[in-house]
Amino acid sequence: MKCSDFLKELTDYLDGVIDTRTKAELEEHLQWCHNCYVVCNTTQRTIEIYRDHQLVELPDDLRTRLRTAIVSKCEKHKHDHPQATEEKKPGT
Amino acid sequence: MEAIESKVGEPTNDETRLVDAARGGDVGAFEQLVKRYDRNVFRIAQHITQNREDAEDVVQDAFLKAFQNLGQFQGQSKFYTWLVRIAVNEALMRLRRRRPERMVSIDEDVKTEDDSIPREIADWSPNPEQLYNQGELKEILQKTIQGLPESFRTVFILRDVEGLSTEETADALGLSVPAVKSRLLRARLQLRERLTKYFKRRNGDGQQ
Repeated sequence: MKCSDFLKELTDYLDGVIDTRTKAELEEHLQWCHNCYVVCNTTQRTIEIYRDHQLVELPDDLRTRLRTAIVSKCEKHKHDHPQATEEKKPGT
Repeated sequence: MEAIESKVGEPTNDETRLVDAARGGDVGAFEQLVKRYDRNVFRIAQHITQNREDAEDVVQDAFLKAFQNLGQFQGQSKFYTWLVRIAVNEALMRLRRRRPERMVSIDEDVKTEDDSIPREIADWSPNPEQLYNQGELKEILQKTIQGLPESFRTVFILRDVEGLSTEETADALGLSVPAVKSRLLRARLQLRERLTKYFKRRNGDGQQ
């Protein structure tokens, strides 16, 4: 296996959606190819560091404000289009 | 190596009941769905638009559209995936309106031949958490992800940050599974490349 072939399979390997035979070939390649080992390891850590650090947070006050606005818009829509919701009631 | 796990769980019977009730016009039931997913939608919107005001508008518009169009939701996909699809479209529309000159459509592939070939090959040591404080680290992560082309960034956010499966990401973005995989690989490799510049070993093979 060449390094370019390894890279092509990297996403499936990291996601654990790869057949046993390809997985064994990739892991055999990792045994002797230091560069691919480092790339694989640091790519895994890239995913983990983004997953573990919440970069965007929705503050409670903004959350409440947005929810109030959404509910009020939905109520208005329901009021303006009564048939649209009536017709979709389950069992009607 | 452990597989990446999904963040949003499988829909429960309770969720199906809420969706059915909301479809029948029950705004209270819909509000429960808003509470369940508003943080996710806000994060996705903020990552795509990179603008707080736009993200706030996207959250409101996406949920309102979802409520208005619940009759068209067939239940073949998860409610959350369907909602994300609406939110992504709203976010992209606002991004294009704000910066039309810099946009690349989600439907187009970015033509860069060698943008994903690893050049920085060095282990991260010590841990990034030991090298930088929380504020600095967040700033680096933020700056790095903002530098990605939008179409790569969106796939990475949905798949790796929000935990949608590859199929759900494809569904939400209207892309094929191979297109999602290709963009995800390039997004991951480009982020890795850029982060390695900050996190590489200071002594040894990755000297600065």
